[in-house]
Amino acid sequence: MSLDATWVVEWMRHSARVLAENRAELGTLDREIGDGDHGENMDRGFIAVLSELDAIPDDATPGEVLRRAAMTLISTIGGAAGPLYGTALLKASDAVGSETQLDGASIVALLRAARDGIVLRGKAEVGEKTMVDSWTPAVDAASSAEGAGESPAGILRAAAEAGSAGAEATEPLIARKGRASYLGERAIGHRDPGAQSTALILHAAADAARNA
Amino acid sequence: MHEARGENRPSDTGAGRVGIVFVSHSARLAEGLVELASQMAPATRLIAAGGTADGRIGTSFDAVSAALREANTGRGVVVLCDLGSAILIAATARDFLDDEEREGVYIVDAPLVEGGVAAAVAAEGGADRLGVVAAAESARTSWTAPAVSAESGKSPTEAVMTAPVEAAPDIRYARTVTLINVSGLHARPAAEFVRLANTFPAKVTVNGKDAKSLLSIMGLALVAGATAEIVSADASGQEAVDALADLVESGFGEERA
Repeated sequence: MSLDATWVVEWMRHSARVLAENRAELGTLDREIGDGDHGENMDRGFIAVLSELDAIPDDATPGEVLRRAAMTLISTIGGAAGPLYGTALLKASDAVGSETQLDGASIVALLRAARDGIVLRGKAEVGEKTMVDSWTPAVDAASSAEGAGESPAGILRAAAEAGSAGAEATEPLIARKGRASYLGERAIGHRDPGAQSTALILHAAADAARNA
Repeated sequence: MHEARGENRPSDTGAGRVGIVFVSHSARLAEGLVELASQMAPATRLIAAGGTADGRIGTSFDAVSAALREANTGRGVVVLCDLGSAILIAATARDFLDDEEREGVYIVDAPLVEGGVAAAVAAEGGADRLGVVAAAESARTSWTAPAVSAESGKSPTEAVMTAPVEAAPDIRYARTVTLINVSGLHARPAAEFVRLANTFPAKVTVNGKDAKSLLSIMGLALVAGATAEIVSADASGQEAVDALADLVESGFGEERA
């Protein structure tokens, strides 16, 4: 079993929907330890991605869809999330190259490249209360699931669940990067909004694969 | 909100000099910095990239990308940013330039205002890209200057001013001059002084501080009526000291205090 460009398109559509639904919640998380615009920014970026999807030719590869979504997010999100998610999808696009069917190994490579792109751009490590705290456990879980012979849908589900757990685990942390780092210990007890949006996007990927 | 960016300047402004981009979350902050630095670097291409495309607080990838291209004079572009995501946007925008354009773009980690002004003055004086970067980076340490020493109760600046002159080599050449102009050795006069100092190869100091560093000179806070001891211990230093002392005594073309 493998996933094709339709899955990427559906992943982006599911992401847009879930980010719109959680716009207020992400805004609240961000107001607690940041500048409060994360929900609004993510929603605006993915609304723009939806328009871009309509312009994508039917024969586009998964890599092309990822690349166009990446460019749209970089231009429209504003704030740190634009370059971070944009770079993630751009590196994911590079990782799958011109493949038309993505098997389990390709899915893991895609997720790993996305995470590496975020680390490269944001220079954050695990434990610094950022989206990396959701991405890295997700990549590790995806890799284990692939090793255990799971299908692409099963791999994505494992990644989403580990990503959610990772986002939740940012709550007791002190932030070391971004605006929240100015708060010191006051950031303790609040979930990182970037880790939360990552978990939502990973769940969108799994949901899109379930129907594929 | 974009009137201040570029359109009111001839497109060849800054030819032959390093271009500078100020990236801020606030359009007004970036444009204000262009205004401030232009006063001391009128012939340098200074480009503001502040705020989002729709005028909110934030940074725009498209605006920063356009600014990096606009600032490119062929001698390199130095970028200063305010908060974290401005640096992320600038780094991403640089990655998307053509190989040739990207080579010349350098993002400096330095205080935006102090570093930006120092960079602009260095560019105005014809410094190359690394010289402009070094000037911007000098702003990082300029923060330590105003701290008052617990022992003497004097700021390091005052301490330097009253410190006995160290054993002077034979070739040491010095002139002590008085600031006669209204604003003293500050802002535009300071920039003019530093520009002149940079035209000489010799190492020159003013009350112990590097005459070629704008932030050091401004950090001396020499107001009208203050005295400045301009010194060089280099063999070729006399010419530089005389030129700088003459400039101070000329009053920088300003009203006398």
